[in-house]
Amino acid sequence: MIRFENVSLVYGDKTVLAAVDLHVPPGARAALMGPSGCGKTSLLRMAAGLAKPTSGRVTVNAQRLAYAFQEPRLMPWRTAAENVNAVLSDRAATLPEARKWLAAVGLAEAENKFPEELSGGMRQRVDLARAMAYSGDLLFLDEPTKELDPDRRQEVLALLREHAKARTLLMATHSMLEAQALADQVYVFKDGRFIPA
Amino acid sequence: MNAKLWTRRILVLAFWLGVWALSASLVDRELLLPGPWEVAKRLASLVVTGQFWRITMVSLGRILLGAALGTALGVLLAMGTSRFAFLRAVLSPVLSVIKAVPVASFILLVLIWVGRDTLPCVIVVLMVAPVVWSSVTAGIYTTDAELLELSRVYRFSPWRTLTRIYAPSVGPYFLSACHTCLGLAWKSGVAAEVLTVPARSIGRELFEAKLYLESVDLFAWTLVVVLCSLILEKLLSTAITRLGRRPAWGGRQL
Repeated sequence: MIRFENVSLVYGDKTVLAAVDLHVPPGARAALMGPSGCGKTSLLRMAAGLAKPTSGRVTVNAQRLAYAFQEPRLMPWRTAAENVNAVLSDRAATLPEARKWLAAVGLAEAENKFPEELSGGMRQRVDLARAMAYSGDLLFLDEPTKELDPDRRQEVLALLREHAKARTLLMATHSMLEAQALADQVYVFKDGRFIPA
Repeated sequence: MNAKLWTRRILVLAFWLGVWALSASLVDRELLLPGPWEVAKRLASLVVTGQFWRITMVSLGRILLGAALGTALGVLLAMGTSRFAFLRAVLSPVLSVIKAVPVASFILLVLIWVGRDTLPCVIVVLMVAPVVWSSVTAGIYTTDAELLELSRVYRFSPWRTLTRIYAPSVGPYFLSACHTCLGLAWKSGVAAEVLTVPARSIGRELFEAKLYLESVDLFAWTLVVVLCSLILEKLLSTAITRLGRRPAWGGRQL
């Protein structure tokens, strides 16, 4: 369960979020939509404990969460498989599992490549593979298919949809296609608030 | 290494040996400037004695121990001061002072507190620790904040964060500091030995050679210092090159 109560976020003299209330019940799949800079990523970051609200309260009832970032965060000194394995046991025993997730996102051939050898779309798929490999209660996705080409996007969305069934999902997106494919609740930013679409 | 490079190196060495030999013959007084042949002969007579190797190994051991301890201390200080602002505020002036004080002042000051056999090791620690401290701190501060967020989200243990994120980020800074420190350790360690003349040390041999006006010995032992420094530097460079390629130290195995 994720709950935002009267949450505001102010950076300097810019109010990013003003008194936002949002409730994502356990097992729900919620998508946040809105223009750039409206605070979608900030909400995800606050729910993940990476940022604190200026005021209000954020409650997250979950032990573990997986997060696919808008800009893939891969360790440049590790191969694609090692990056995925980093959230598993990070030992040789779980490397096959890491490879399995990479294969699932179409990166079987790239498992031994370093991030700098991968395209933007491939890096994003490694990030997604890592999020799916991690057995968390929550799955956060920030523009998960932004870098992907249309064909690959459909495949990855199908995989994510299947994977998100067992989890509570919170995602930020500009794409109605993504929101419809993955979420059962869509919140749209309007007049400084996220309201159900 | 190709033949051309070796030829060039040998020619450069021959040129400087020629300059040395010519200067010695012009001065024509062994006391002021012994020639390379006399020094080489003396060195050859030294290296066949057990005493020479004992002295060299004791000096080397003392200096390397100081370098290792200084490196460990520098890393610990960097970790502590990067983590705790209070510690940083308290210890930063100490770092500035240590960097500014001349080695000779340190040697004389520390001689009051510790024995002459221990002093070179302590001096090396004092010279090496601040350099490692500064470099490792710079490495810690340049660690990618986004990767640290990643480690928080996926609940990496402190050990995993240290070994998987900090170590590869700090690795190149640490290895570079080690390279700088080796020469520093060697020079400051021998200088401390010369000023404190501990038993069985290169510094003592240099001091006595100067005291008894044994210029050939002075040159021969100085040559030993130079050779040891070159060999150590080469060994360290090789180790750094190999370590630097490893992903765990920020390198790539492409």
